[in-house]
Amino acid sequence: MSGVGEPELRHAGLTLEGVPPLNRAQVESDVFGFWAFLMSDALIFALLFAIYATMIGRYAGGPTPGQEFKFHSAFWETALLLTSSFTYGGVSIALKHGAKRRWIVLFMGITFCLGAYFVRMECHDFTTMFHDGATPERSGYLSSFFVLVAMHGFHVTCGLIWMLLMGAQMAIHEIDQQVKVNFVRLGLFWHFLDIVWVCIFTIVYLHGLQR
Amino acid sequence: MNLFSSVRRDLATYGMGYTLAVVLTGISFVIVFFHLLAPHPAFVMILILALVQVTVHLRCFLHVSFKRSAREDLHLIMFSAIVIVLMVGGTFIILFDLQTRMM
Repeated sequence: MSGVGEPELRHAGLTLEGVPPLNRAQVESDVFGFWAFLMSDALIFALLFAIYATMIGRYAGGPTPGQEFKFHSAFWETALLLTSSFTYGGVSIALKHGAKRRWIVLFMGITFCLGAYFVRMECHDFTTMFHDGATPERSGYLSSFFVLVAMHGFHVTCGLIWMLLMGAQMAIHEIDQQVKVNFVRLGLFWHFLDIVWVCIFTIVYLHGLQR
Repeated sequence: MNLFSSVRRDLATYGMGYTLAVVLTGISFVIVFFHLLAPHPAFVMILILALVQVTVHLRCFLHVSFKRSAREDLHLIMFSAIVIVLMVGGTFIILFDLQTRMM
């Protein structure tokens, strides 16, 4: 591990200890680039939220959120995603302190399972809604709902595929600096999706269930 | 040497983030599930709780802080926040204004 007095890597992400000083600038610019992507993604989500907010109440005589949303499934989906964010913290800590590969695999495996179960629950919700006739073309409200929530679900699915790719990368390569930076990027992405979900369960599910 | 204490400090950061997130989420769900407040104050309350939770996530999981983050990263985040506020606010003003004119 690195010396005690060594300054921490100063980017708004995971601090990687043991990165040679010469490579720090490269690592910082890599992570900065990923932040730029995340912020552009945040802009997309923010505007989808804005459209959703203007569409609240535009049911066109179709199904209302009170009829379609299930309290318990919103609750369990939230629990799954929150816990998966915490277990990804295990991956970050294991990487940072140079733990054995099996710890990284263990924590990433748990995160993957939680994320996969989240996607499964969300798909189940959507099929139930379709079955009730709550399809995107039914009303302006439902269009904006499906674009917003399915966009998040699509991002989570991409995150899951990315985890599989990281598993393959770990199996083929040593855990070198490039692989570590990829893990940092994946971590930022996964925690960012959790923040988006906090907004979704508040503005979409809890607000919808209130009515 | 202090590898152990360093691991513990990191675990504490994530543990604190997770505990706070669970508590804040729990309060939001309890307010809505048991109808503790009238709809309008309840929505304001859960919005505030969500805002606090987003801050907790940024601080504990994404490690954004005023002290340790690189300046460019913070500038980027704050610039994006301003753009988001302008664009979302603009959307609201235009669409709700249109709505009142169409009534």
